[in-house]
This record gives sequence, structure tokens and C-alpha cells, in this order.
Amino acid sequence: MSTIFERLLLREKKSATTAKERLKLVLVHDRMDMTSSALDSLKDELIAVISKYVSIDTDAVEININQEGREQTLIAIIPLRAPRKRRVR
Amino acid sequence: MKAQVITITSGKGGVGKTTATANIGVALAASGKNVVCMDADIGLRNLDVVMGLENRIVYDLVDAIEKRCRLRQAMIRDKRYNTLFLIPAAQTRDKNAISPSDMIRVCDEIRSEFDFILIDSPAGIERGFRNAIAPADMVIVVTNPEVSAVRDADRIIGLIESQEKGPVKLIINRFNPSLVRRGDMLTSEDVLELLAVDIIGIVPEDESVLVSTNHGQPVVLNHNSLAGKAFENISQRLIGEEVPWMNLDGKSDFFRRLSRLIRPGRS
Repeated sequence: MSTIFERLLLREKKSATTAKERLKLVLVHDRMDMTSSALDSLKDELIAVISKYVSIDTDAVEININQEGREQTLIAIIPLRAPRKRRVR
Repeated sequence: MKAQVITITSGKGGVGKTTATANIGVALAASGKNVVCMDADIGLRNLDVVMGLENRIVYDLVDAIEKRCRLRQAMIRDKRYNTLFLIPAAQTRDKNAISPSDMIRVCDEIRSEFDFILIDSPAGIERGFRNAIAPADMVIVVTNPEVSAVRDADRIIGLIESQEKGPVKLIINRFNPSLVRRGDMLTSEDVLELLAVDIIGIVPEDESVLVSTNHGQPVVLNHNSLAGKAFENISQRLIGEEVPWMNLDGKSDFFRRLSRLIRPGRS
């Protein structure tokens, strides 16, 4: 069924590329000394605290760890809801 | 003279710390420098066999620290270069036999007589590693282009930085250009991007390393070996020379061999 074009697209990723991607993630967590589940709960608690003061779009919250050299920065993008809009559920 | 103390470490075992220590030591001595190579892997001594000096050991580092001999008596002169010395590790003791302050004291005692003191660190992140980096003015981290070695290198670099030791320089050892071309090995750029430290050398995988180690002859003594040439380049960079990076893409292998035939010792 699959055409040559599809097979090319689905071609297995080179193992070195996989190694690099895996290492990137592992090193972020090693350096922070924090597991991904701990990062998830950090995100949940952060949302809870901020929601006490302002209305935020919880589904759009993004928490990333930014790497610059060996320095790491925790970056949270928290979109605020327009104040007049009522939350409709 | 005031020696620069350089510790060679890695986190993970088996990546080539001892080979790197022996070869950089020999290459520095070949350039006329006064060098001491110290084996800090107490209980798992190996620098002596890699340097081919195992039959000359009478006293070791722990004997000197515990004052059963003078430090000078534990220093074995190399059989090829008379400006190169080995201080062997004790084989029947463990890492707790010495402390970081012992290492600092030993280095301070001989600093004035040498240009370089190279310390071969044990693998791991415990006492032995802490002993080895205590007197360091520079730390060379050896890694291989594979996931476990790079991960451990990152961990060790973090520990070195948290102890405010350094600068840290990286050696990528056992680099295999044909695997890189196939997409099955991390490139040196990948490793540098992941670890974000300065690099001081890339050493290609080379069977002649095993063969020369079998003979107790560090591979830098073999002028036809690419790995030997890479270690020699590292030693020149430590002396402060600008050395061009070796061509490791493998494409112009024929021409490189040809140019080495015409101008031996160059690449």
C-alpha cells in the first residue's frame, strides 16, 4: 500500500538523532534534580496559586526549561483571560 | 617553575581516563616539560601498566602520604623520558586511605619542581573523585559520544562547577567518523551543544591504542596512529599552542596518510 514517498517520510530516525533528543531531556531533569512528575505538580500548583488572584487560561499554560549554555531558566507562559469576559462552562 | 595541576576525570568508567593521562603525560614530556602522572585510583591501580612501569614500583602514593617513604621515593622515572615521573596508586588500600587535603599537600610539595602534574581520577562521584579534583587548577573531562558517557560527563561537570573547580575542558574519546557519517553516533557538535563546555580534543577510535597498551607503550609514541596524534595535539594545546583540528571526516584519508608519509609527525 505505502508509496515510496510515504516510506521515505516514515523512514526510521537515525539513532544519533534519537540519542541527542533523549539526552537533551535527561540532562534537563538531571541538572534540575527534578523528575517530570514533580515538574507536572509544580505546574498544577503554580496554576492554582495564580488562579487565586487572576483569571487565567489554564489549558494554555506552558512551563518550559530554557537552556543557555549550562544555565537553566524556568519559563512559564500564563495567558490571562480578558477581565470582562465571564467564564462559561 | 610552578606546576599546573590537571585532573583527568569522567564520571563513567572505561571511557579512557587512564589512557588519556598516560598519553598526555608522555606527549608533554616529549616536548621537554617536567611532568608527574599521579594515579589517584586507590585500590584499582592501572596507570602503571598503561605507562609500562609496573615492574618498577616500590612505594606508592599512600606510602608517601602515610610517611612510610619520602614522596621522591614513590616517584618512578619513566624509561623513555627522564623528565616524566609516575606516582602509582596503592593497590591494597581503598579511597578512604587518603583525603582531599592529603592530595593538596602532595601536589604542593612537588609543584615547584614540575611544569605539569596530571592526576588520573577514579570513576564515580565519591571520595576518590573528590580527592582527585581537590588540588586541580584545570579539570579535563573525558567522554565518549554515547548516551551514558555524556550523561555522566554532564553530572560530573555540574559537580566540578559546584565545587568551584575548573576551568573544565572536554575530551571526546573513541570518536568513530564512519558511525557519525552513518548517523549512528553523536557528532562532536552534538556533544558540545549538550554539555556546553570548552573542548580540548577529539580522539578517534583507533585499534592501535589497544595494541600499544598491550605493549605498555603509550600510543603517542606511535607516529602512525591518529589517536596518538590527537593526544599529542591535546598536549600542545595545554602548553598554549594553537593546533588546528584534525580532519576526522574520513574523506581525505588517503591524502592525509600521504602527507604523513612525506612530512612525518604532521597531520
